[in-house]
Amino acid sequence: MDFLTQIINGLGQGSIYALVALGYSMVYGITQLINFAHGDIIMVGAYTTYVMLIMAGTPLWAAILAAVLFCAVVGVIIEQVAYQRLLNKNAPRISLLITAIGVSMLLQNLYQLIFKSDAKSVSNVLPSFPIPVGPLEISSVTLITIVTSVLVMLLLQILVKKTRIGKAMRATSEDAGAAKLMGISSRNTIAFTFAIGSGLAAIGAVLYCGAYPQITPYMGSMLGLKAFVAAVLGGIGSIPGAMIGGILIGVAESLTKALGWSQITDAVVFGILILVLLVKPAGLLGRNIKEKV
Amino acid sequence: MAVLEAENLSIVFGGLHAVDDVHFSLEKEQIMGLIGPNGAGKTTVFNLLTGVYTPTTGQIKLEGQSILGKKTHQITRMGIARTFQNIRLFKDMTVLDNVRVAMNQKMKYSAAAGIFSLPSYWREEAEVEEKALELLSVFHLEDHASDRAKNLPYGQQRKLEIARALAAEPKVLLLDEPAAGMNPTETAELMETIELIRSRFHISILLIEHDMSFVMEICEHLVVLDYGRIIASGSPEEIRSNPKVIAAYLGGE
Amino acid sequence: MTKSKKTGRIPKSKLLSYAVNAGLLLVFYFLFFALIANGTINRYSSGIMTTMFINIILTVSLNLVSGFLGQLVLGHAGFMSVGAYTAALFTLYSGLPITIAFPISIVLAGVMAAVFGVIIGVPALRLRGDYLAIITLGFGEIIRVIILACDFTGGAKGLRGIPTILPKGSDATSLALAKYSYVFWLAVITVVVIWAFVRSRHGRAVIAIREDEIAAEASGIHTTYYKLFAFVMAAFFAGVAGSVYAHHIGVLDPGKFNFDYSVEILLMAVLGGLGSITGSIIAAVALTILPEFLRGFEDYRMLIYAVILIIVMLFKPSGLMGQREFSLSGLAARLTAKKRKGE
Repeated sequence: MDFLTQIINGLGQGSIYALVALGYSMVYGITQLINFAHGDIIMVGAYTTYVMLIMAGTPLWAAILAAVLFCAVVGVIIEQVAYQRLLNKNAPRISLLITAIGVSMLLQNLYQLIFKSDAKSVSNVLPSFPIPVGPLEISSVTLITIVTSVLVMLLLQILVKKTRIGKAMRATSEDAGAAKLMGISSRNTIAFTFAIGSGLAAIGAVLYCGAYPQITPYMGSMLGLKAFVAAVLGGIGSIPGAMIGGILIGVAESLTKALGWSQITDAVVFGILILVLLVKPAGLLGRNIKEKV
Repeated sequence: MAVLEAENLSIVFGGLHAVDDVHFSLEKEQIMGLIGPNGAGKTTVFNLLTGVYTPTTGQIKLEGQSILGKKTHQITRMGIARTFQNIRLFKDMTVLDNVRVAMNQKMKYSAAAGIFSLPSYWREEAEVEEKALELLSVFHLEDHASDRAKNLPYGQQRKLEIARALAAEPKVLLLDEPAAGMNPTETAELMETIELIRSRFHISILLIEHDMSFVMEICEHLVVLDYGRIIASGSPEEIRSNPKVIAAYLGGE
Repeated sequence: MTKSKKTGRIPKSKLLSYAVNAGLLLVFYFLFFALIANGTINRYSSGIMTTMFINIILTVSLNLVSGFLGQLVLGHAGFMSVGAYTAALFTLYSGLPITIAFPISIVLAGVMAAVFGVIIGVPALRLRGDYLAIITLGFGEIIRVIILACDFTGGAKGLRGIPTILPKGSDATSLALAKYSYVFWLAVITVVVIWAFVRSRHGRAVIAIREDEIAAEASGIHTTYYKLFAFVMAAFFAGVAGSVYAHHIGVLDPGKFNFDYSVEILLMAVLGGLGSITGSIIAAVALTILPEFLRGFEDYRMLIYAVILIIVMLFKPSGLMGQREFSLSGLAARLTAKKRKGE
């Protein structure tokens, strides 16, 4: 039974990873950029929640809205200020990666200056009570996390498959040059993708605060890395892949903890990454693209 | 004996036969042209010959020895060198270094000999520099030896790429659209260069080209591809009057 | 040239510039040796000098992978920690006198870091470039987690009581001089070895891979082999730096070798110019010494580094030196050329 409880906890944690992984995956699909700063957007979202809920005392819905909007704006600003110039002139990828690391460090240190480095407590973000399911007891927080994530991802699928901007996103990631010829503004599409990805990270942040009410300026880097591992595991660029990858990582993590190896959880996650890249470099659902000669 | 032989060469990408049952044989010191409409699978054939892709079925033999399953760099060492449709030079390296990189495989001194600057380092480096300059002079590039490759004008970049391929001392040279983007004077000059390469280095040349007058004049044998299949092969005269070829180029069936 | 072709002897023009450089190095070495010996450079400053030379070793070796090979590595501090712990554990437990154990530990540290380099590099280098960054980052984290989880590394408390490089009872000045001599010549060896490697045929192959991997492969370059070679060589020197660091500080704290430290080394390499060894040296010296003058701004250091990193990438991605090298003969040639123009 304990085993099942752990799996369900893993699903909860995994769906947060999945939400964050989506941001990595979508941005990578369109720009081939690993946006290192994406993990720190979660941190920004968490602090926004903290400011709204604890410092300003607003209701939860206002905090969520504020976090989503603020993160989306920050995401777009990052794209416009730090990446656009390099993307436009087709800079070497190593330059883009280094810039992304710079942005990540900037966010972390900026927030450390503003909020100091000690952990802030954001308790009772989500209503917490045990729900009996058969012989098991599931925390309401876990249930809310899973349900919210699934709903958000369904919405995202509809957005990408049915709406105009979603089609533009897919077209740009398929062939940016051709999309441009068809009158799709790649600039707007990229900005929109950053906005959506950051918004999803903000929702992930709120859910994260529900489960782990301690936040620090550095919380985003490990969380972001694991979400990135999830995106690679599922196949970077693929939306369903990000979901599957996130959930697998979450479950693997909570099982490691259940076995009493909680100290080496991070090592296990990266071990999985290395293994996946060795066996199936394109990830579970990714397409293997060989550079054109 | 043929230098390069391809038998029943096919490759399937996601159900699509990009190259389908292609066969040809390239004789010693022959210049052969691979032509066909856009998307006919010409560059894919080059990629098969150089080990970028592994064929789904078929056999490729260089001087009777199979090159299937070999990596690109091994195939280059065995004797097939190529140029690319979109020039791929080492842009930030000097013209001389571009050529020297391709001579690496013939050099012997170890990493330790390089690090400790042993006599073998000085000897081989001096030899290679001399050889590289000699090769560059064939293409009238010796005065640009210390320029960065990216600063050369387009036509000279094409030449440098050919020089680099020759630096690997190949038996077969594959040229992917060597005349692309050249004006008539440059094209004429290129034709002379290719003739010169053959007579001087005694190698066989397989080239992809869209410029028909160029191909008809320089090639002794032509292979025409359409939708991955060979629709005709023969001398330029035979190809010129072949109704299938005319249909393929005019877009009919 | 024609003569050296037959004999394999060093050309005379090179010989002169080598001799001048070697002479300058000796002058520099003895100058600072004297300054430390007579106390003009105090213990605190000589400690910073040691850090500076360690940073030169780290930056120049990282530049080999990130600058010349063109692959982003985010776990250089991880390789350093492998070297640091290997060396410290060796000198702690080998039972050999420290004057013998320390030099051996330097080599061991490098070799162990290189072994880890092979283990990480073989899978990672087969993949597209970006993944190497992530895998090395992951590796840095895994190493840290493992060090924390193990008993023999001292866990979270850190490894304490690492002997200094001279026998107990040696006076502070001799110790400072010994440290200075070791780290100075190790930095020189690192720079010379990497510089000589880069200008050899093997180095050309590595640079060609950075320029165009597909074309390099088509030119007969065994790209996987050369990528691994450069990667492992860089790991080796990071390990060497780790050994010196361990015996310089005397205490190893696993938290020291984190992502921030890897990024700091990367920043030095980027600022100096990816692909420029002299650039790396200048940047490593500047970024070690500058913070000392900005003590009051310690809280802002990483923030400032982040901003610098972004601005450099946006507006001058080639860094201070680009891919050029500073050389005396080059300077001399330029000066005489100017003079001639002036006349």
